[in-house]
Amino acid sequence: MYPFSYSRATDVADAVRDKAGHDGSAYIGGGTNLIDLMKMNVEQPPHLVNVAKLPLSKIEDLPDGGLRLGATATNSDTAWNEQVKARYPLLNQAILAGASPQLRNAATNGGNLMQRTRCYYFYDLATPCNKREPGSGCSAIGGFNRVCGILGTSEACIATHPSDMCVALAALAPTVRVSGPNGERTIAFEDFHRLPGEQPEFDNTLVEGELITSLDLPEKGFAKHFAYLKLRDRHSYAFALVSVAVGLEMDGDTITDARLALGGVAHKPWRDLSAEQLLKGQPATAETFGRVAAHVVANAVGRGSNDFKIELARRAIVRALKQAAEGQQQAGDVYLGGQ
Amino acid sequence: MSQTNHIGKAPSRVDGPLKVAGAAHYSGEFNVPNLAYGYVVSSPITKGKILKVHADEVRALPGVLEVFSHENVPYLAWFDKSYKDQIAPGGSPFRPLHAPDITFNQQPVALVVADTFELARYAAALLRIDYEQQEHETNLETKRTEGYAPGGGKIGFQPPPPPRGKPDQALKDATHSIEAEYAHGAQHHNPMELFTTTVEWRGDGKITAYDKTQGVYNVKNYLMGVFGLGKDDVRVVNQFMGGGFGAGLRPQYSVFMAVLATLELKRSVRVTLTRQQMFSIGHRPNTLQLVKLGTNPDGTLAALQHHALHETSQFEDYTENIVNWSGMLYKCENVKLGYQLAKLDIYSPQDMRAPGAASGNVGLEVAMDEMAYAAGLDPLEFRMRNYADRDQNVDKPFSSKKLRECYQQAAAKFGWETRTQEPRSMRANGKLVGMGMGGGVWDATQVKSAAKALISADGHLTVRSATGENGTGTYTIMTQIAAETLGLPLEAVTFELGDTDQPEAPIQGGSWTAASVGTAVKNACNALGEKILKLAQKPADSPLKDAKYDDVEFVNGQLRLRLDHDQAVVLRDVLQASGETQLEADSSAMPNMVKQNGYSLHSHNVAFAEVEVDEDLGSIKVTRVVSAVAAGRILNQKTARSQVLGSVVWGLGMALMEETVMDHKFGRYVNHNFAEYHIPVNADIPHIDVIFVHEDDDIVNPLGVKGIGEVGMLGVTAAIANAVFHATGKRVRDLPILLDKLL
Repeated sequence: MYPFSYSRATDVADAVRDKAGHDGSAYIGGGTNLIDLMKMNVEQPPHLVNVAKLPLSKIEDLPDGGLRLGATATNSDTAWNEQVKARYPLLNQAILAGASPQLRNAATNGGNLMQRTRCYYFYDLATPCNKREPGSGCSAIGGFNRVCGILGTSEACIATHPSDMCVALAALAPTVRVSGPNGERTIAFEDFHRLPGEQPEFDNTLVEGELITSLDLPEKGFAKHFAYLKLRDRHSYAFALVSVAVGLEMDGDTITDARLALGGVAHKPWRDLSAEQLLKGQPATAETFGRVAAHVVANAVGRGSNDFKIELARRAIVRALKQAAEGQQQAGDVYLGGQ
Repeated sequence: MSQTNHIGKAPSRVDGPLKVAGAAHYSGEFNVPNLAYGYVVSSPITKGKILKVHADEVRALPGVLEVFSHENVPYLAWFDKSYKDQIAPGGSPFRPLHAPDITFNQQPVALVVADTFELARYAAALLRIDYEQQEHETNLETKRTEGYAPGGGKIGFQPPPPPRGKPDQALKDATHSIEAEYAHGAQHHNPMELFTTTVEWRGDGKITAYDKTQGVYNVKNYLMGVFGLGKDDVRVVNQFMGGGFGAGLRPQYSVFMAVLATLELKRSVRVTLTRQQMFSIGHRPNTLQLVKLGTNPDGTLAALQHHALHETSQFEDYTENIVNWSGMLYKCENVKLGYQLAKLDIYSPQDMRAPGAASGNVGLEVAMDEMAYAAGLDPLEFRMRNYADRDQNVDKPFSSKKLRECYQQAAAKFGWETRTQEPRSMRANGKLVGMGMGGGVWDATQVKSAAKALISADGHLTVRSATGENGTGTYTIMTQIAAETLGLPLEAVTFELGDTDQPEAPIQGGSWTAASVGTAVKNACNALGEKILKLAQKPADSPLKDAKYDDVEFVNGQLRLRLDHDQAVVLRDVLQASGETQLEADSSAMPNMVKQNGYSLHSHNVAFAEVEVDEDLGSIKVTRVVSAVAAGRILNQKTARSQVLGSVVWGLGMALMEETVMDHKFGRYVNHNFAEYHIPVNADIPHIDVIFVHEDDDIVNPLGVKGIGEVGMLGVTAAIANAVFHATGKRVRDLPILLDKLL
């Protein structure tokens, strides 16, 4: 770990100003990922601006019927919020499928979006990694890539975004509000994270100095027909090999609206808009689900030890769609995986 | 029943209150004055040479005290034998910071010592080292035809017995036969506590090393050999341990580094390894096994062949007993066992819970399941038909063996009779259900140990032996043995361990501590008891006047005649009347070779497991495990049960998730952290039933105990693997059984 200075911001403007005054500095929320990365020397910020105590921890109704999730609200407080449980149970499920209670108690909503890949090579300074050191090469291609991506990858990087929460968010499509040196702006969630392309060192579309202040969920929460399915190498406290978030609106057996997003498969939470279109107006049958699942993975590319993810993702999509259509899951279910 | 009858009961850990109050001090918690901190730098390459260590750049940082590497390490012992510890395998032990040669990835190449841990860590990150890289080989698959039989080996290693009968012909003539290859990757012990050594500089060349180790004397002797220290120059202490599992059997490079720095700087130094470095200190080796079985028409085994190949380093022949167990667990006249090593550019493997047996057991017990199916027999019935009443490896009867009762009791508890034989024939909750079983055998060993017993005038007994407490319950069972021997309540007894100022005990491994140290404790207490009897007989009117030691017993704080309980004296009165402030006695214990010579000494177990498998998604949930263990007499029902629970968790981890993955391009383990090296978490662990089948055995040792730390792991992995086959009809022969192997 490299030495660093530290300050605690009093308000958003103060935080943005403080960060702008320190080259290479970083915001720190719960620190559940950043501190690990600093210990491994993967991140070496000379200055940290603590934003965890900023007055951004509220979860409150929006005039348009949506719900605002403050950036510094913890993942736990968000998952167990009564509004979230009642109106966005998909989000509740996805958050509870991730990490451990201790981590969720510390991790913030803004920080969840900002967490970095768990690719083995990104963490290991003894191996090349384009994300960590642009131009050094990708060790995961041709190496051990069980945790790596199958969709939207590039020859420069096949890393995945590790979040569960963000997979549900991709399906729920909130707006990300940010503040930066040039003032406030909003980013559609779908545009927040990016694909690796030639520049895997950039995980998202924030510009230097911008700070997430809230996630604004739209009214539609898919509270009746939803599913979050996470498949992993043990039943808790492991990152997803494949996860699927589904939200459906149904009229009888017909799907009238659909959201479908995948985790563990791409550099960003992978929402598939064309698959959603394919679901709309269709009967909720095994045939429909199979066709849509095949469509989602049609362009997937395996890299050896993650080849299985293509078939696993296909099956997981079918299962999650079925569960959502049947309305089996409930907010607050203790999730033990694999059902 | 007397109140001072403690053995076989279930008292809670006597050291529990210390642990929960934070008063049990681990090796990284001895905050001696003026402590400096060392941080180890590990090689990022697998094979080659260090060209230059740019130490001066780092030495210039204020607060950095020194950078040690092969370039400036002082003259140390020259001969290999100085570096050989109690269980060093054949070959040349690794010498840290000895030469510029790199022989494995993450080899420690430098130690940066600074005034603070943070500075040492930072300086270590800045240290530039130039390497010349050479081609390496870390893939066992490339060495399939280059295996060799090791010449010697470490203590306890037994080369496989020569073939018996006509194993090839019998296999050819068998009614049914199977042949299959089994594999598992490297696994690391991953105790929660990192390897840490705090070395206190006592001045004048004398040191005390608070070291995470399973053998304080083993470390002391190593340090004396390597650093040329005298007996009185070095004391090694380890009173508590956050898990060992074999990782602490050999002196680790953390203690070498900390002692080196302390002696050179003449200042106390602490060295703590990182979690990543915990993957550079030995492991259960990547192993390939080939098993061939054949049966007669009546379902008895006609032939059994078991061959194993595993990796070792370039510098040591690490050995473990993998296949020998297959020659004794079942009755078979035609047996051929083979064992080979292959050298790779890795660090030497190291004993890890049930070393060898855990690996070989998977091969044998999964093959037995395959054989049962091929012969059309229920897997349990198949084992019953091949029950071994004698150890055919040595052609001797077992001193005791209640494996049959283990089978019966565990099967009944599990409900094995509800199982239908056909794979994929059972379903529940929309999932495939599978039931499987596996059994195992482990050594019941006693090794020479010593103990000292002291009693104060107020009747408080203190017993000391330099054994270890790696969480197994040593403090508690030794307290029970001592208290029962001298008829005292547990509160009147203190057992102290883990200090080379105490009488010598062996490394804490091999499941031998209860038998070995327990017997020494009992002997020391009896030696003290004889002295107490003599004192009691001093008064002319003593009711015990003419009694011999065998005629008396210590019960409820009294010393009395066995045959006339009214002839008694109160222990404390005797001590106080004697005018002595303290009585003490030393004793040691050795196995009784004359008594044991005609017997095979082993513990046994069986595990039954149930799994649910989601067929579409491949996910496996273990829903129940029943484990039955026959290990002689159980000293403490509670701590023994906890050990078996932990063993089941280990077996489950080996079956379903544990694997250290090597990227052969780099020759480096890629998942060297707790996030990606998966060990079971609570959500993975089902309901576990533990059954102890009592064995009366006065041959193994006077206490009749066989040890419980390792045997409980056996059978569990195979039981789960066999249950997965029963559920799905898919036979996965390379562990761990990850979900993609079922897709």
